Amino acid sequence: MSEIPTELKFTSEHEWVRVEDDGALVVGITDYAQEQLGDLVFVETPEAGASFVAGDVCAVVESVKAASDIYAPVAGDVVSVNEALQDSPELISDDPYGAGWLFRMTPEDPAEWEDLLDSDQYGELLES
Amino acid sequence: MGRATPLRDAHRALGARMVDFAGWELPLHYGSQVSEHHAVRAACGVFDVSHLALTEVSGRGARAFLRRLLANDVDRLGERVAGLYACLLEESGCVVDDLIAYRLANDHYRVVSNAATARPVRAQMRGVARAFPVRLEAQEGHVTLAVQGPQAMELGTAAAGSVIGPRYAAALAALKAFNATNEQGILSARTGYTGEDGFEIYLGAAMGRSFWQALIDAGATPCGLGARDTLRMEAGFCLYGQDMDATVTPLHCGLKWTVAMEPPQRNFVGRRALEAVWEDRQLPSFRGLVLKGRGILRAGQKVLTPAGEGRVTSGGYSPTMSASIGLARLPRGRYAECEVEIRGAGVSCAVVKPPFVRRNRILVDSE
Repeated sequence: MSEIPTELKFTSEHEWVRVEDDGALVVGITDYAQEQLGDLVFVETPEAGASFVAGDVCAVVESVKAASDIYAPVAGDVVSVNEALQDSPELISDDPYGAGWLFRMTPEDPAEWEDLLDSDQYGELLES
Repeated sequence: MGRATPLRDAHRALGARMVDFAGWELPLHYGSQVSEHHAVRAACGVFDVSHLALTEVSGRGARAFLRRLLANDVDRLGERVAGLYACLLEESGCVVDDLIAYRLANDHYRVVSNAATARPVRAQMRGVARAFPVRLEAQEGHVTLAVQGPQAMELGTAAAGSVIGPRYAAALAALKAFNATNEQGILSARTGYTGEDGFEIYLGAAMGRSFWQALIDAGATPCGLGARDTLRMEAGFCLYGQDMDATVTPLHCGLKWTVAMEPPQRNFVGRRALEAVWEDRQLPSFRGLVLKGRGILRAGQKVLTPAGEGRVTSGGYSPTMSASIGLARLPRGRYAECEVEIRGAGVSCAVVKPPFVRRNRILVDSE
């Protein structure tokens, strides 16, 4: 399996979170997650403007195998979604940490993301 | 993990993702299920289906035994070496399993049934066999391969030539659709579960490994259970445990054509129960769905039609159509559209007659 990017934070549900310069968070699923799911065939992204608390189901990723819920990693509002996934869900498999991002959100509490797993902790989770 | 086929190490060497299926350790895919699907439609794929349960039926009562056991009539095979698709029913008419019965010779048949139902199938076979001079023998440790796709006969014949011999290759090449050969005691049938040309072959472990390797070397794509499922769904074939099970009769899953009511004196298990519902106009119909809105059809979803409620029995993504398709049990009626409930919202679907795809051609019009 490929390296786990050290600049990202992670959830135990195999999502990654990146902090942008403006404080916004970009969310996607990890390489491990996409590999487990198999070929991806459909993504349902949230509406821009939607508000979630941490743990809410805010998107769905469907593979040839099954549908998987995506949870909001922290509380906040969705500001934009990756529209390209509508026609090309395979972007997630091809580039899970880049072009396969799911949505961008403004966190309610800018410090909350720091409680997420770092790459070492996520790596341990995968090995356990 | 569970039971292994003789090809397990070969799958692992090819990087397969192995999963448990009915107690067997089998490949789900070797990297991409969708690419494997396309390979079968466009060229040739090979599936390890050695988990299927093989039962040899022999003795002078073999034919009469199978005519009592199965809802389809092995006499339809005549004197040919060929396979017959049939359901094995309970007295209630409900489906214990769907299977293929091959006639190999006079007084010698092979029954190929599903792995998940091997136990109830064999229990029922033993029960019915008490009344007939017949011997039942479960086969273990063999290799069963499904070689499928427009190039399957070409690659398969070449593999047969190098692994088995020229005589067998000639017999395989000469096979007509749905026919079989038991040349040199090795069964091949020009059948499959994908909607493409191809054949299924039953080999001993050592020869099976060589045959697999010869096909891979010749360019056949190794394919897993995932592609097998999307291919069969496009081809409109039922999957036991999903589209039918021991709660429905063959009339509930589009398999009325596999029940031989003629001749009327053939008293197969479940006949009386089926006679009672044969002309029932309230029976649900078994149809195909093509999703027009966004999402993916999945087994278990609720279907809303002008004639009432139905249920998706198989659903998923069709790589050939680039759309989501499904098979569904629906209330009888004339309607071409319905709604499927996906995560609480109704999504529009076209109601079509399966198959969706045959010989790499899309046969349904979902507009």
